[in-house]
Amino acid sequence: MADYNKSELLICTAARQMEDGAICFIGTGVPMLAAALAKRTHAPGLVAAFEFGGIGPSLEKLPLAVGGSRTFHRSPVASSICDLMEAAARGYVEYGFLGGAQIDPYGNLNATVIGEHDRPKVRFPGSGGANDIGSLCWKTIAIMRHGKQRFVPKVDFLTTAGYLDGPGARERAGLPAGSGPYRVVSDMGLLGYDAENCRMKLLALQPGVSLEQVQAETGFELQVADDLQENPPPSDEELRLLREEIDPDHLYT
Amino acid sequence: MTELASGKGPLIRMEKVDALRDYVREHKPKGLVPKVMSEQEAIRRFVTEGCYLGVELYGSVRCPMSLVREVVRQGIGKLELAGQGVLENDLLIAAGLVDKLDITYHGYEVFGISPVLRRACESGRVQTVEWSNAALAWRFKAAAMGLPFLPVRSMLGTDTFRYSAAKEIECPFTGQKLCALPALALDVGLIHVHRCDEYGNCQIDGISGFAAEMARASKRLIVSAEEIVPHAEIQRYPERTVIPYFIVDAVVHAPGGSLPGEMPYAYWRDEAHMKLYFDMAKDADGVERYVEEWVRGTKDHAEFVDKLGGEARLAELRAQATKR
Repeated sequence: MADYNKSELLICTAARQMEDGAICFIGTGVPMLAAALAKRTHAPGLVAAFEFGGIGPSLEKLPLAVGGSRTFHRSPVASSICDLMEAAARGYVEYGFLGGAQIDPYGNLNATVIGEHDRPKVRFPGSGGANDIGSLCWKTIAIMRHGKQRFVPKVDFLTTAGYLDGPGARERAGLPAGSGPYRVVSDMGLLGYDAENCRMKLLALQPGVSLEQVQAETGFELQVADDLQENPPPSDEELRLLREEIDPDHLYT
Repeated sequence: MTELASGKGPLIRMEKVDALRDYVREHKPKGLVPKVMSEQEAIRRFVTEGCYLGVELYGSVRCPMSLVREVVRQGIGKLELAGQGVLENDLLIAAGLVDKLDITYHGYEVFGISPVLRRACESGRVQTVEWSNAALAWRFKAAAMGLPFLPVRSMLGTDTFRYSAAKEIECPFTGQKLCALPALALDVGLIHVHRCDEYGNCQIDGISGFAAEMARASKRLIVSAEEIVPHAEIQRYPERTVIPYFIVDAVVHAPGGSLPGEMPYAYWRDEAHMKLYFDMAKDADGVERYVEEWVRGTKDHAEFVDKLGGEARLAELRAQATKR
């Protein structure tokens, strides 16, 4: 088995969540690499969508910016932010990938501040398209490194809606019915959400990680699937594609 | 219509729609008038202290960086700024010219969080009002439609809403909850395009970001262009005009105007220079040295390009541009 680092593990696990033929919002960093990998493996018909209007690029070359030319290289569509976000509002976009500084048990995400908003301890970049993606896509997938500071009982600032405070809360807030968080990809596991209480649930462990280790790095009590799985490690072929074709300059990995 | 909740962020500015109609009736020539001028003249005439300013697309892609640098050279301050931020808003904030920011995303993308934004917010020097990307684009769209607000389904249920100046309303037809976004009419918009004619008819290659909406939401609009083409070229493909002449106030010829960011199909980004900036931006002294050396230390865009390596450097970056 080949050696791999945490970034590569995250990318491979995220790539496996991508569905052939679906439209999927992709953000800067890990999601871009994961989409490029998915297109070269099980999902050649994946339609990567970038918030400023790139829809369905070849991803032959890795984009460095969500509005950059590689997000619409050989695309069928180079459009605009309103056009794409309005398509999401109409229900066309199945998946959205998100990241952030903090996530809570309901999949709410913080990408804005730690501390008081008007005089923050740490100022992060802000929502960007994340709030729209979390509001308007059918299913969102968060990509996070595990850690107690990141998996917190309550986010300091709720930038992007997960299930808010529980079952039915999204709909009560006016968000589209039937939409919401779907998966969390971390370096320690693959998580989903309980259908009844909307709280995060561990579905699979990353290779070599124990349940106790994941719980110790999570700031709230995790539910655990009855049939807890272990993810297969990145394959030699996935690693080769990542290292030789997708990110040969190691910009991200 | 019932208002259900209100964000507590300040509404930086709200223009009455009829006042905007009066403004364009009085100030915008509807005939074909040549508008080509120098960057110095365009910024001096149209950007004023304390004005509400927006920049499109954003710092690393098709961004009017040459115009932004000229705003810094002229030191026009107390700005209220709206929009995406990478290099452009960063530079304006680093130069101490910004008081308020309608923020959506402000960071260095692959290179992470902006230390310039951190210093500005954590010290309380710059006040931020939160929005999502689509929300800001839709706020421009509302203004572009001549409306005071637009109802959408983003931002609901979140702190992004609570720290914005949006309102939750009940739909008068269906009773469902919606987020009402206040129209955002800018005093001045800065947009960089691939080509336009002397009257301001603009073409953009590739994605149009939020150029169409922001252009129409700007009381005064300065366009910089890689190339100024004969009017006849525009007339051959009128369907390609994404920004029509009658909303444009100034046209500035700026080859390489997006540098160090990229210009789709025209040139690739100057990665080395971007890294130089991100490195220098780490501390307040460093970014001040950058501004002094690369912005105030160059008298205009042509000199900035020369300092980057001139035509030779531009030729290298043109060769690396994404091909169709």
